[in-house]
Amino acid sequence: MSSELIVFLILAAVGVLSGILMITRPNPVNSALFLILNFMALAGLYITLHAQFVAIIQILVYAGAIMVLVLFVIMLLNLEDEEPLREQMSKRHYGSLLVALLALVLIVQVIGWNSGGTLETMREQSPHALRIGTVEHIGSVLFTEHVYPFELTSILLLAAIVGAIVMAKKRFP
Amino acid sequence: MDFTDILISLIKIVVMFGVVLLTVAELVYTERRISAFIQNRLGPNRVGWKGLLQPYADVLKLLLKEDIVPTAANRFIHTLAPVISIAVAFSTLAVVPIAGETIRLFGREVQMVIADVNIGVLYILALTSMGVYGLTLSGWSSNNKYSLLGGLRSSAQMISYELAMGLSVIGVIMVTGSLRLTDVVAHQSGWMWNMILQPVGFVTFVVAAFAETNRAPFDLPEAEPELVGGYHTEYSSFKFALFFLAEYANMITASAVIVTLYLGGWQVPYLELLNLPVGVTIALQILAFMLKVAFMLFVFQWVRWSVPRFRYDQLMNLGWKVMLPIALANVIVTGIVMLLL
Repeated sequence: MSSELIVFLILAAVGVLSGILMITRPNPVNSALFLILNFMALAGLYITLHAQFVAIIQILVYAGAIMVLVLFVIMLLNLEDEEPLREQMSKRHYGSLLVALLALVLIVQVIGWNSGGTLETMREQSPHALRIGTVEHIGSVLFTEHVYPFELTSILLLAAIVGAIVMAKKRFP
Repeated sequence: MDFTDILISLIKIVVMFGVVLLTVAELVYTERRISAFIQNRLGPNRVGWKGLLQPYADVLKLLLKEDIVPTAANRFIHTLAPVISIAVAFSTLAVVPIAGETIRLFGREVQMVIADVNIGVLYILALTSMGVYGLTLSGWSSNNKYSLLGGLRSSAQMISYELAMGLSVIGVIMVTGSLRLTDVVAHQSGWMWNMILQPVGFVTFVVAAFAETNRAPFDLPEAEPELVGGYHTEYSSFKFALFFLAEYANMITASAVIVTLYLGGWQVPYLELLNLPVGVTIALQILAFMLKVAFMLFVFQWVRWSVPRFRYDQLMNLGWKVMLPIALANVIVTGIVMLLL
Protein backbone atom coordinates (compact mmCIF):
# COMPACT_ATOMS: atom_id res chain seq x y z
CA MET A 1 0.00 0.00 0.00
CA SER A 2 1.55 3.27 -1.07
CA SER A 3 1.62 6.24 1.26
CA GLU A 4 -0.62 8.10 -1.19
CA LEU A 5 -3.31 5.46 -0.81
CA ILE A 6 -3.07 5.54 2.99
CA VAL A 7 -3.49 9.32 2.99
CA PHE A 8 -6.42 9.03 0.59
CA LEU A 9 -8.17 6.38 2.72
CA ILE A 10 -7.79 8.45 5.90
CA LEU A 11 -9.05 11.63 4.25
CA ALA A 12 -11.91 9.82 2.51
CA ALA A 13 -13.00 8.17 5.75
CA VAL A 14 -12.92 11.51 7.58
CA GLY A 15 -14.83 13.14 4.74
CA VAL A 16 -17.60 10.54 4.58
CA LEU A 17 -17.94 10.24 8.37
CA SER A 18 -18.06 13.98 8.92
CA GLY A 19 -20.62 14.29 6.12
CA ILE A 20 -22.88 11.69 7.74
CA LEU A 21 -22.44 13.24 11.19
CA MET A 22 -23.17 16.67 9.75
CA ILE A 23 -26.68 15.69 8.63
CA THR A 24 -27.50 13.55 11.67
CA ARG A 25 -26.44 15.81 14.58
CA PRO A 26 -29.44 17.51 16.21
CA ASN A 27 -27.37 20.48 17.40
CA PRO A 28 -26.79 23.00 14.55
CA VAL A 29 -23.41 24.13 15.91
CA ASN A 30 -22.14 20.56 15.89
CA SER A 31 -23.44 20.15 12.34
CA ALA A 32 -21.58 23.28 11.26
CA LEU A 33 -18.37 22.00 12.87
CA PHE A 34 -18.65 18.67 11.07
CA LEU A 35 -19.19 20.54 7.82
CA ILE A 36 -15.94 22.42 8.45
CA LEU A 37 -14.19 19.10 9.10
CA ASN A 38 -15.65 17.82 5.85
CA PHE A 39 -14.24 20.85 3.98
CA MET A 40 -10.84 20.16 5.51
CA ALA A 41 -10.90 16.54 4.39
CA LEU A 42 -11.92 17.65 0.89
CA ALA A 43 -9.07 20.16 0.82
CA GLY A 44 -6.69 17.35 1.75
CA LEU A 45 -8.06 15.24 -1.10
CA TYR A 46 -7.50 18.13 -3.54
CA ILE A 47 -3.87 18.31 -2.40
CA THR A 48 -3.35 14.61 -3.08
CA LEU A 49 -4.63 15.38 -6.60
CA HIS A 50 -1.99 18.15 -6.95
CA ALA A 51 -4.67 20.85 -7.01
CA GLN A 52 -3.10 23.03 -4.34
CA PHE A 53 -4.80 26.25 -5.34
CA VAL A 54 -8.29 24.76 -5.17
CA ALA A 55 -7.43 23.13 -1.84
CA ILE A 56 -6.23 26.32 -0.20
CA ILE A 57 -9.12 28.37 -1.60
CA GLN A 58 -11.49 25.73 -0.24
CA ILE A 59 -10.12 26.36 3.25
CA LEU A 60 -9.71 30.11 2.85
CA VAL A 61 -13.15 30.84 1.41
CA TYR A 62 -15.46 28.05 2.60
CA ALA A 63 -13.99 26.93 5.92
CA GLY A 64 -12.44 30.27 6.84
CA ALA A 65 -15.01 32.83 5.74
CA ILE A 66 -18.41 31.37 4.84
CA MET A 67 -18.59 28.88 7.70
CA VAL A 68 -17.58 31.59 10.18
CA LEU A 69 -20.60 33.59 9.07
CA VAL A 70 -22.84 30.50 9.24
CA LEU A 71 -21.61 29.81 12.77
CA PHE A 72 -22.08 33.47 13.62
CA VAL A 73 -25.75 33.33 12.58
CA ILE A 74 -26.39 30.04 14.41
CA MET A 75 -24.88 31.44 17.59
CA LEU A 76 -26.78 34.72 17.43
CA LEU A 77 -30.10 32.97 16.80
CA ASN A 78 -29.30 30.58 19.67
CA LEU A 79 -31.04 27.66 17.93
CA GLU A 80 -32.21 24.77 20.07
CA ASP A 81 -31.66 21.14 19.13
CA GLU A 82 -34.09 20.26 16.38
CA GLU A 83 -37.05 18.00 17.12
CA PRO A 84 -37.27 14.82 15.05
CA LEU A 85 -40.33 14.89 12.79
CA ARG A 86 -42.87 12.09 13.17
CA GLU A 87 -44.07 11.25 9.69
CA GLN A 88 -45.79 8.30 8.09
CA MET A 89 -44.52 6.73 4.89
CA SER A 90 -46.41 8.50 2.11
CA LYS A 91 -46.31 8.26 -1.67
CA ARG A 92 -43.92 11.17 -1.76
CA HIS A 93 -41.34 9.14 0.13
CA TYR A 94 -41.34 6.39 -2.48
CA GLY A 95 -40.39 9.07 -5.00
CA SER A 96 -37.46 10.22 -2.84
CA LEU A 97 -36.38 6.62 -2.45
CA LEU A 98 -36.35 6.21 -6.22
CA VAL A 99 -34.25 9.36 -6.67
CA ALA A 100 -31.83 8.17 -3.99
CA LEU A 101 -31.47 4.83 -5.78
CA LEU A 102 -30.82 6.57 -9.09
CA ALA A 103 -28.17 8.73 -7.45
CA LEU A 104 -26.58 5.59 -5.99
CA VAL A 105 -26.46 3.96 -9.42
CA LEU A 106 -24.86 7.10 -10.82
CA ILE A 107 -22.22 7.17 -8.08
CA VAL A 108 -21.40 3.49 -8.57
CA GLN A 109 -21.13 4.08 -12.31
CA VAL A 110 -18.76 7.03 -11.84
CA ILE A 111 -16.60 5.08 -9.42
CA GLY A 112 -16.48 2.10 -11.76
CA TRP A 113 -15.73 4.28 -14.77
CA ASN A 114 -12.10 3.88 -15.78
CA SER A 115 -10.68 7.33 -16.50
CA GLY A 116 -7.54 5.96 -18.10
CA GLY A 117 -5.37 5.04 -15.18
CA THR A 118 -4.30 6.23 -11.78
CA LEU A 119 -2.41 9.35 -10.79
CA GLU A 120 0.80 7.31 -11.06
CA THR A 121 0.32 6.49 -14.74
CA MET A 122 -0.88 10.02 -15.45
CA ARG A 123 2.33 11.33 -13.96
CA GLU A 124 4.40 9.11 -16.23
CA GLN A 125 2.42 9.91 -19.37
CA SER A 126 2.42 13.68 -19.05
CA PRO A 127 4.55 15.51 -16.52
CA HIS A 128 2.66 18.67 -17.53
CA ALA A 129 -0.52 17.35 -15.88
CA LEU A 130 0.98 17.86 -12.44
CA ARG A 131 1.32 21.59 -12.93
CA ILE A 132 -2.32 22.18 -13.88
CA GLY A 133 -3.35 22.76 -10.29
CA THR A 134 -0.66 25.31 -9.44
CA VAL A 135 -1.44 28.97 -8.90
CA GLU A 136 0.81 30.02 -11.80
CA HIS A 137 -1.00 27.80 -14.28
CA ILE A 138 -4.51 28.72 -13.10
CA GLY A 139 -3.57 32.40 -13.18
CA SER A 140 -2.16 32.34 -16.69
CA VAL A 141 -5.09 30.31 -18.06
CA LEU A 142 -7.63 32.61 -16.39
CA PHE A 143 -6.08 35.72 -17.89
CA THR A 144 -5.47 34.34 -21.40
CA GLU A 145 -7.85 31.62 -22.58
CA HIS A 146 -10.74 32.31 -20.24
CA VAL A 147 -10.41 36.05 -19.84
CA TYR A 148 -13.99 36.93 -20.94
CA PRO A 149 -15.79 34.47 -18.65
CA PHE A 150 -13.44 35.58 -15.86
CA GLU A 151 -14.23 39.27 -16.33
CA LEU A 152 -17.97 38.54 -16.66
CA THR A 153 -17.87 36.62 -13.38
CA SER A 154 -16.13 39.51 -11.68
CA ILE A 155 -18.81 41.93 -12.92
CA LEU A 156 -21.48 39.56 -11.58
CA LEU A 157 -19.71 39.40 -8.23
CA LEU A 158 -19.35 43.17 -8.11
CA ALA A 159 -23.08 43.55 -8.76
CA ALA A 160 -23.79 41.05 -5.98
CA ILE A 161 -21.56 42.97 -3.54
CA VAL A 162 -23.21 46.29 -4.40
CA GLY A 163 -26.62 44.65 -4.04
CA ALA A 164 -25.71 43.22 -0.63
CA ILE A 165 -24.54 46.62 0.60
CA VAL A 166 -27.68 48.34 -0.68
CA MET A 167 -29.90 45.75 1.02
CA ALA A 168 -27.96 45.89 4.29
CA LYS A 169 -28.20 49.68 4.46
CA LYS A 170 -30.82 50.81 6.96
CA ARG A 171 -31.91 54.09 5.35
CA PHE A 172 -31.29 55.78 2.07
CA PRO A 173 -29.92 59.32 2.22
CA MET B 1 8.66 9.79 0.63
CA ASP B 2 10.23 7.19 2.86
CA PHE B 3 11.09 6.78 6.52
CA THR B 4 14.08 9.16 6.48
CA ASP B 5 12.01 12.03 5.06
CA ILE B 6 9.38 11.56 7.72
CA LEU B 7 12.07 11.41 10.41
CA ILE B 8 13.68 14.65 9.17
CA SER B 9 10.30 16.40 9.15
CA LEU B 10 9.58 15.16 12.65
CA ILE B 11 12.93 16.45 13.92
CA LYS B 12 12.23 19.87 12.38
CA ILE B 13 8.75 19.98 13.93
CA VAL B 14 10.02 19.02 17.38
CA VAL B 15 12.81 21.61 17.25
CA MET B 16 10.43 24.34 16.07
CA PHE B 17 7.89 23.40 18.73
CA GLY B 18 10.48 23.45 21.51
CA VAL B 19 11.96 26.78 20.44
CA VAL B 20 8.53 28.41 20.23
CA LEU B 21 7.47 27.06 23.63
CA LEU B 22 10.65 28.38 25.26
CA THR B 23 10.24 31.72 23.50
CA VAL B 24 6.66 31.98 24.74
CA ALA B 25 7.84 31.48 28.31
CA GLU B 26 10.44 34.21 28.06
CA LEU B 27 8.03 36.40 26.09
CA VAL B 28 5.64 36.45 29.03
CA TYR B 29 8.56 37.54 31.19
CA THR B 30 9.72 40.30 28.82
CA GLU B 31 6.13 41.47 28.43
CA ARG B 32 5.83 41.97 32.18
CA ARG B 33 9.24 43.57 32.49
CA ILE B 34 8.68 45.91 29.54
CA SER B 35 5.25 46.92 30.82
CA ALA B 36 6.81 47.58 34.22
CA PHE B 37 9.54 49.67 32.61
CA ILE B 38 7.01 51.69 30.61
CA GLN B 39 4.86 52.24 33.69
CA ASN B 40 7.88 53.06 35.87
CA ARG B 41 7.58 49.92 38.02
CA LEU B 42 10.00 47.05 38.68
CA GLY B 43 8.04 44.02 37.46
CA PRO B 44 8.71 40.42 38.49
CA ASN B 45 12.30 40.14 39.75
CA ARG B 46 12.19 37.55 42.58
CA VAL B 47 12.05 34.06 41.04
CA GLY B 48 15.46 33.18 39.67
CA TRP B 49 18.06 35.65 38.44
CA LYS B 50 16.28 38.99 37.75
CA GLY B 51 13.01 37.05 37.78
CA LEU B 52 13.85 34.94 34.71
CA LEU B 53 12.15 31.85 36.16
CA GLN B 54 8.88 33.71 36.83
CA PRO B 55 7.04 32.30 33.76
CA TYR B 56 7.79 28.71 34.85
CA ALA B 57 6.38 29.46 38.28
CA ASP B 58 3.28 30.90 36.58
CA VAL B 59 2.84 27.83 34.40
CA LEU B 60 3.14 25.57 37.44
CA LYS B 61 0.53 27.65 39.24
CA LEU B 62 -1.85 27.42 36.27
CA LEU B 63 -1.43 23.67 35.90
CA LEU B 64 -2.04 22.98 39.59
CA LYS B 65 -5.36 24.85 39.57
CA GLU B 66 -8.71 23.11 39.35
CA ASP B 67 -10.15 22.78 35.86
CA ILE B 68 -13.69 24.18 36.03
CA VAL B 69 -16.20 23.71 33.20
CA PRO B 70 -19.51 25.58 33.67
CA THR B 71 -22.51 23.25 34.06
CA ALA B 72 -24.39 24.78 31.14
CA ALA B 73 -21.37 24.72 28.84
CA ASN B 74 -21.04 22.48 25.81
CA ARG B 75 -18.27 20.34 27.26
CA PHE B 76 -16.82 18.98 24.01
CA ILE B 77 -16.58 22.30 22.20
CA HIS B 78 -15.40 23.98 25.39
CA THR B 79 -12.40 21.63 25.32
CA LEU B 80 -11.96 21.77 21.55
CA ALA B 81 -11.69 25.58 21.30
CA PRO B 82 -8.28 26.07 22.98
CA VAL B 83 -6.93 23.12 20.98
CA ILE B 84 -7.94 24.82 17.72
CA SER B 85 -6.32 28.07 18.84
CA ILE B 86 -3.02 26.46 19.70
CA ALA B 87 -2.92 24.19 16.64
CA VAL B 88 -3.44 27.11 14.26
CA ALA B 89 -0.84 29.25 16.02
CA PHE B 90 1.83 26.57 15.74
CA SER B 91 1.13 25.13 12.30
CA THR B 92 1.51 28.48 10.54
CA LEU B 93 5.24 28.35 11.31
CA ALA B 94 5.60 25.27 9.10
CA VAL B 95 6.14 27.34 5.95
CA VAL B 96 8.46 30.01 7.38
CA PRO B 97 12.08 29.53 6.25
CA ILE B 98 14.68 30.30 8.93
CA ALA B 99 17.88 30.04 6.85
CA GLY B 100 18.82 30.01 3.19
CA GLU B 101 21.52 27.35 2.96
CA THR B 102 20.82 23.63 3.19
CA ILE B 103 22.47 21.31 5.68
CA ARG B 104 23.31 17.64 5.20
CA LEU B 105 21.44 15.26 7.48
CA PHE B 106 21.24 11.46 7.03
CA GLY B 107 22.83 11.91 3.61
CA ARG B 108 20.22 14.35 2.35
CA GLU B 109 20.18 18.06 1.63
CA VAL B 110 17.79 19.44 4.22
CA GLN B 111 16.18 22.83 3.77
CA MET B 112 15.80 25.02 6.84
CA VAL B 113 12.00 25.10 6.55
CA ILE B 114 9.51 22.45 7.61
CA ALA B 115 7.44 22.51 4.42
CA ASP B 116 8.56 24.45 1.35
CA VAL B 117 5.17 24.56 -0.41
CA ASN B 118 4.50 26.71 -3.44
CA ILE B 119 1.33 28.18 -1.91
CA GLY B 120 3.08 29.37 1.27
CA VAL B 121 1.49 32.82 1.43
CA LEU B 122 -2.00 31.44 0.82
CA TYR B 123 -1.38 28.76 3.46
CA ILE B 124 -0.62 31.45 6.03
CA LEU B 125 -3.78 33.37 5.11
CA ALA B 126 -5.89 30.19 5.21
CA LEU B 127 -4.65 29.22 8.66
CA THR B 128 -5.15 32.77 9.93
CA SER B 129 -8.76 32.53 8.85
CA MET B 130 -9.09 29.25 10.75
CA GLY B 131 -7.86 30.95 13.93
CA VAL B 132 -11.24 32.65 14.31
CA TYR B 133 -12.86 29.37 15.33
CA GLY B 134 -10.88 29.00 18.53
CA LEU B 135 -12.13 32.31 19.90
CA THR B 136 -15.67 32.11 18.49
CA LEU B 137 -16.29 28.58 19.73
CA SER B 138 -14.83 29.25 23.16
CA GLY B 139 -17.11 32.24 23.49
CA TRP B 140 -20.20 30.34 22.42
CA SER B 141 -19.57 27.08 24.28
CA SER B 142 -18.99 28.82 27.64
CA ASN B 143 -22.67 29.81 27.72
CA ASN B 144 -21.80 33.19 29.15
CA LYS B 145 -22.91 36.43 27.55
CA TYR B 146 -19.58 38.18 28.04
CA SER B 147 -17.78 35.26 26.45
CA LEU B 148 -20.23 35.19 23.55
CA LEU B 149 -19.77 38.93 22.97
CA GLY B 150 -16.00 38.46 23.02
CA GLY B 151 -16.25 35.58 20.57
CA LEU B 152 -18.50 37.50 18.19
CA ARG B 153 -16.29 40.56 18.36
CA SER B 154 -13.29 38.45 17.54
CA SER B 155 -14.91 36.89 14.49
CA ALA B 156 -16.08 40.25 13.15
CA GLN B 157 -12.69 41.82 13.82
CA MET B 158 -10.65 39.01 12.32
CA ILE B 159 -12.78 38.73 9.18
CA SER B 160 -12.54 42.51 8.65
CA TYR B 161 -8.79 42.67 9.04
CA GLU B 162 -8.11 39.50 7.07
CA LEU B 163 -9.16 41.43 3.96
CA ALA B 164 -6.66 44.21 4.56
CA MET B 165 -4.03 41.60 5.38
CA GLY B 166 -4.62 39.60 2.21
CA LEU B 167 -4.61 42.73 0.05
CA SER B 168 -1.36 43.98 1.58
CA VAL B 169 0.32 40.66 0.83
CA ILE B 170 -0.69 40.97 -2.85
CA GLY B 171 1.88 43.77 -3.17
CA VAL B 172 4.62 41.45 -1.97
CA ILE B 173 3.45 38.68 -4.28
CA MET B 174 3.48 41.09 -7.24
CA VAL B 175 7.04 42.21 -6.48
CA THR B 176 8.28 38.66 -5.92
CA GLY B 177 6.25 36.82 -8.53
CA SER B 178 5.88 33.75 -6.32
CA LEU B 179 3.78 32.48 -3.44
CA ARG B 180 6.64 30.36 -2.13
CA LEU B 181 8.11 31.90 1.01
CA THR B 182 11.66 30.77 0.25
CA ASP B 183 11.40 32.71 -3.04
CA VAL B 184 9.99 35.73 -1.22
CA VAL B 185 13.00 35.77 1.10
CA ALA B 186 15.52 35.03 -1.65
CA HIS B 187 14.14 37.98 -3.61
CA GLN B 188 14.94 40.35 -0.73
CA SER B 189 18.73 39.98 -0.92
CA GLY B 190 20.96 42.83 0.18
CA TRP B 191 18.93 45.82 1.31
CA MET B 192 16.08 45.26 -1.16
CA TRP B 193 13.72 44.30 1.64
CA ASN B 194 10.02 44.45 0.89
CA MET B 195 9.68 46.99 3.68
CA ILE B 196 11.52 49.44 1.41
CA LEU B 197 9.80 48.33 -1.81
CA GLN B 198 6.35 48.16 -0.17
CA PRO B 199 6.26 50.74 2.64
CA VAL B 200 2.48 51.21 2.56
CA GLY B 201 1.82 47.48 2.36
CA PHE B 202 4.18 46.97 5.28
CA VAL B 203 2.26 49.38 7.50
CA THR B 204 -1.16 47.96 6.62
CA PHE B 205 0.10 44.39 7.07
CA VAL B 206 1.57 45.12 10.49
CA VAL B 207 -1.62 46.86 11.65
CA ALA B 208 -3.70 43.94 10.34
CA ALA B 209 -1.36 41.50 12.08
CA PHE B 210 -1.94 43.33 15.36
CA ALA B 211 -5.68 42.97 14.84
CA GLU B 212 -5.39 39.30 13.86
CA THR B 213 -3.42 38.44 16.98
CA ASN B 214 -5.96 40.30 19.16
CA ARG B 215 -3.23 42.38 20.72
CA ALA B 216 -3.72 45.89 22.04
CA PRO B 217 -4.83 48.32 20.63
CA PHE B 218 -7.11 45.71 19.01
CA ASP B 219 -7.70 43.46 22.02
CA LEU B 220 -11.47 43.98 22.02
CA PRO B 221 -12.32 40.27 22.26
CA GLU B 222 -10.94 40.23 25.79
CA ALA B 223 -11.42 43.88 26.78
CA GLU B 224 -11.30 43.50 30.56
CA PRO B 225 -13.35 46.54 31.65
CA GLU B 226 -16.33 45.75 29.40
CA LEU B 227 -16.23 41.98 28.95
CA VAL B 228 -14.73 40.75 32.23
CA GLY B 229 -12.21 38.69 30.27
CA GLY B 230 -13.97 38.10 26.99
CA TYR B 231 -13.91 34.73 25.31
CA HIS B 232 -11.82 33.02 28.00
CA THR B 233 -13.79 34.20 31.05
CA GLU B 234 -15.02 30.68 31.77
CA TYR B 235 -11.68 28.97 31.29
CA SER B 236 -9.35 27.90 34.05
CA SER B 237 -6.27 25.81 34.65
CA PHE B 238 -4.68 24.12 31.65
CA LYS B 239 -7.26 25.26 29.09
CA PHE B 240 -6.68 28.86 30.12
CA ALA B 241 -2.95 28.24 29.88
CA LEU B 242 -3.51 26.98 26.32
CA PHE B 243 -5.28 30.21 25.33
CA PHE B 244 -2.49 32.18 26.93
CA LEU B 245 0.07 30.10 25.07
CA ALA B 246 -1.86 30.51 21.81
CA GLU B 247 -1.91 34.28 22.16
CA TYR B 248 1.84 34.47 22.58
CA ALA B 249 2.52 31.79 19.97
CA ASN B 250 0.36 33.82 17.59
CA MET B 251 2.50 36.84 18.31
CA ILE B 252 5.64 34.86 17.46
CA THR B 253 4.02 33.52 14.30
CA ALA B 254 2.87 36.97 13.23
CA SER B 255 6.34 38.40 13.88
CA ALA B 256 7.97 35.58 11.92
CA VAL B 257 5.59 36.15 9.00
CA ILE B 258 6.18 39.93 9.05
CA VAL B 259 9.93 39.34 9.10
CA THR B 260 9.71 36.83 6.25
CA LEU B 261 7.47 38.92 4.04
CA TYR B 262 8.81 42.41 4.70
CA LEU B 263 12.04 42.44 6.70
CA GLY B 264 14.13 40.14 4.53
CA GLY B 265 13.65 36.94 6.54
CA TRP B 266 17.05 35.37 7.19
CA GLN B 267 18.87 37.78 4.84
CA VAL B 268 21.97 39.46 6.22
CA PRO B 269 23.08 42.21 3.79
CA TYR B 270 26.45 41.55 2.11
CA LEU B 271 27.01 38.31 4.05
CA GLU B 272 27.83 36.45 0.81
CA LEU B 273 30.82 38.76 0.17
CA LEU B 274 32.62 37.44 3.26
CA ASN B 275 32.97 33.89 1.85
CA LEU B 276 32.32 32.27 5.20
CA PRO B 277 32.02 28.48 5.58
CA VAL B 278 28.47 27.13 5.17
CA GLY B 279 28.04 26.30 8.85
CA VAL B 280 28.87 29.84 9.95
CA THR B 281 26.59 31.30 7.25
CA ILE B 282 23.66 29.20 8.44
CA ALA B 283 24.28 30.15 12.05
CA LEU B 284 24.44 33.84 11.16
CA GLN B 285 21.27 33.59 9.05
CA ILE B 286 19.34 31.88 11.83
CA LEU B 287 20.67 34.47 14.29
CA ALA B 288 19.60 37.31 11.99
CA PHE B 289 16.12 35.79 11.63
CA MET B 290 15.76 35.37 15.38
CA LEU B 291 16.98 38.91 16.12
CA LYS B 292 14.50 40.34 13.62
CA VAL B 293 11.68 38.31 15.13
CA ALA B 294 12.75 39.42 18.61
CA PHE B 295 12.65 43.02 17.47
CA MET B 296 9.12 42.60 16.05
CA LEU B 297 8.04 40.97 19.32
CA PHE B 298 9.40 43.97 21.18
CA VAL B 299 7.41 46.27 18.88
CA PHE B 300 4.27 44.24 19.68
CA GLN B 301 4.81 44.76 23.40
CA TRP B 302 5.89 48.36 23.03
CA VAL B 303 2.67 49.20 21.17
CA ARG B 304 0.52 47.28 23.64
CA TRP B 305 1.69 49.36 26.59
CA SER B 306 1.72 52.69 24.75
CA VAL B 307 -1.50 52.85 22.73
CA PRO B 308 -5.00 52.78 24.30
CA ARG B 309 -7.64 50.33 23.08
CA PHE B 310 -9.95 51.31 20.22
CA ARG B 311 -13.69 51.60 20.63
CA TYR B 312 -15.58 48.95 18.65
CA ASP B 313 -16.98 51.33 16.00
CA GLN B 314 -13.55 52.94 15.61
CA LEU B 315 -12.08 49.50 15.03
CA MET B 316 -14.60 48.68 12.30
CA ASN B 317 -14.25 52.13 10.69
CA LEU B 318 -10.49 51.77 10.63
CA GLY B 319 -10.71 48.29 9.14
CA TRP B 320 -13.22 48.97 6.38
CA LYS B 321 -12.88 52.68 5.61
CA VAL B 322 -9.14 53.22 6.03
CA MET B 323 -7.18 49.95 5.85
CA LEU B 324 -9.12 48.34 2.99
CA PRO B 325 -8.92 51.36 0.60
CA ILE B 326 -5.24 51.95 1.42
CA ALA B 327 -4.39 48.30 0.80
CA LEU B 328 -6.36 48.34 -2.48
CA ALA B 329 -4.66 51.56 -3.60
CA ASN B 330 -1.32 49.97 -2.74
CA VAL B 331 -2.05 47.09 -5.12
CA ILE B 332 -2.97 49.48 -7.95
CA VAL B 333 0.05 51.76 -7.38
CA THR B 334 2.38 48.77 -7.22
CA GLY B 335 0.95 47.51 -10.51
CA ILE B 336 1.38 50.90 -12.23
CA VAL B 337 4.93 51.33 -10.95
CA MET B 338 5.88 47.82 -12.05
CA LEU B 339 4.39 48.48 -15.50
CA LEU B 340 6.35 51.74 -15.90
CA LEU B 341 9.71 50.42 -14.68
